[in-house]
Amino acid sequence: MTETAKPIIQIQNVSKRFGKVTAVDNVSLDINAGEFFVLLGPSGCGKTTLLRMIAGFELPTEGRILIDGQDMAGIPPNKRPVNMVFQSYAVFPHMSVADNVAYGLKIAGVKGGEIRDRVAEALDLVKLGGFGERMPDQMSGGQRQRVALARSLVMRPKVLLLDEPLSALDAKLRAQMQFELSELQEKVGITFVTVTHDQDEALSMACRIGVINKGEVAQLATPSDLYEYPANRFVADFVGSVNIFEGKLTLDDPDKAAVDCPGLGKVYLNHGVTGPHGADVWIALRPEKIYLHVPGEGKAVKAAAQDAPDGYNFARGKIKGMSYLGDITLFEIELESGTRIRVSRPNLSRHDQEDFTWDDKVSMHWRADSPVVLLG
Amino acid sequence: MALFARTPVAPLEYSRKLWMRLWVGAVMVFLYAPLIVLMIFSFNDSKRNVVWRGFTTKYYEKALGNDQLVEALVNSLTIAALATLASLVLGTLAAVMLWRFRFPWKGAIDGTISLPIIVPEICLGVAFLMFFAAVGWPTDLVWPFNLGAITIAHITFCFPFVTMVVRSRLATFNREQEEAAKDLGASEGQVFRDVLIPHIKPALVAGALLSFTLSLDDFVITYFTSGPDTITFPVKVYSMVRFSVTPEVNAASTLLIILTVVLTFIALKAQGVKAIAETH
Repeated sequence: MTETAKPIIQIQNVSKRFGKVTAVDNVSLDINAGEFFVLLGPSGCGKTTLLRMIAGFELPTEGRILIDGQDMAGIPPNKRPVNMVFQSYAVFPHMSVADNVAYGLKIAGVKGGEIRDRVAEALDLVKLGGFGERMPDQMSGGQRQRVALARSLVMRPKVLLLDEPLSALDAKLRAQMQFELSELQEKVGITFVTVTHDQDEALSMACRIGVINKGEVAQLATPSDLYEYPANRFVADFVGSVNIFEGKLTLDDPDKAAVDCPGLGKVYLNHGVTGPHGADVWIALRPEKIYLHVPGEGKAVKAAAQDAPDGYNFARGKIKGMSYLGDITLFEIELESGTRIRVSRPNLSRHDQEDFTWDDKVSMHWRADSPVVLLG
Repeated sequence: MALFARTPVAPLEYSRKLWMRLWVGAVMVFLYAPLIVLMIFSFNDSKRNVVWRGFTTKYYEKALGNDQLVEALVNSLTIAALATLASLVLGTLAAVMLWRFRFPWKGAIDGTISLPIIVPEICLGVAFLMFFAAVGWPTDLVWPFNLGAITIAHITFCFPFVTMVVRSRLATFNREQEEAAKDLGASEGQVFRDVLIPHIKPALVAGALLSFTLSLDDFVITYFTSGPDTITFPVKVYSMVRFSVTPEVNAASTLLIILTVVLTFIALKAQGVKAIAETH
């Protein structure tokens, strides 16, 4: 880690209870200065409560939150060095765009000339230069969100908090804004903390992701680590699509391991697992990491791609469902054990989707570094 | 054939259906015919208001020259203005309190705040009569303090209306706007001034209009609370009618109608009709 990796926000043993409901349960995590941090979780997991506690709209029942080393206990939202972009954007409808952006500066007592310069600069930053005189009801949802962004950024906060910033936008615009937000964050160098339930959004924008489940941190990792090395079944299942099979650890050496899954077959891994021998574990296997082929033709493919002993990392089944999605085709395959597995296959050429059809018998195999062993 | 060549009446084109037109016409006649008759007969050159005997404007001169009538009108307008102002402040504060805070007895207060609207006016009038007598409210004050009792009574039945319209407007308020303002550094007072008041402005205009017109034309409660020397416009008109319905009364009433219509028009213009419509 570089020297910029000092925590700007420290969340220490924070819990929040609403009556009998525990929304946030003993969470501790540090958010580094200058990073794009994403809190990811299903709705009702407590991620928004956590964000609102950073902003000061909710007070922790236990624990403390430090921003830039300063304890935020007793400091109201209007005195905190953070600004927030709300889910509804909360643009003031009776003020022009420029007045919206200038509002915080006026409250802070900044002089008129400086306000004008900073407002113009902020509007340029979010590509709304020249829109200052417009009223919010003359703008689209995406533009209103830019107004909300400019209104917060103009305050030059230490941290910018974003509550589900892209949830109200349509799919195309959302994809575009994901890139723009990342770009903006790099340009201004302010720490961004975003809350989302959308894993694509989290994976594409974040430097680091904190996955929250039932008020607790399920995993804290970079996007690729989160996807390739999920720490538990919840993360594996929530981030991306996955097949999970229960099994028993039968071999656990430093350089190899094997798991016997009644539902799938024998699984071989080319690395060790630090789990007790004979323990109940789960195997997570991503649909895109499974190779699909016609039985009998498998030998050649197998020789090229497989690195496990015979009888391992191999399964047979029958296609029960197919959905053609353009770039890939998704297959639902019933294994010989009766359980179903999801396999995705890239359509590398125009006629690839014609290779298989319903009720075809197929073989599958996967590389020894593909399965993930989960202990919890 | 040209008659039948028109485009046929579509299912939802109610404005082109004969029965609907007749119905709307009948409603209009019953609503407005009395008012129009009143206005027309204010120009009637006759002492008795029954038969048309030619055009004149002399009853307008007579009405405006009637010192007692003018005094009553000035009193009514003063009371209406004061009651409107006080009702706006009280009503808005009550609405915000009930919307924003939790406190003991909230349910009871919420339930009783609109009581002055529900209680029959005559009961309220008697209640005020007894109340002001019991507290020994002075009746010999100079203008405008002699209007105090009436103004207080009017505020009592006007402010619940303000509370009602402001509350319905507050229900549409996005609390994130309040949080956004605070997030940008605003204090509670600044949030109120910069975010909440602009949001409820249409309701304030509607509430003010309601209060003003309710106060201006109130008869029953005013009748019971007016002292021997204070008289308001409706009370004065009533006493004039007791002797005979002269065109002078018509003229005065016409002036009042025009005044309220103009005021309403100005308020609507100032606010934008759309904003008023939003509150309903």
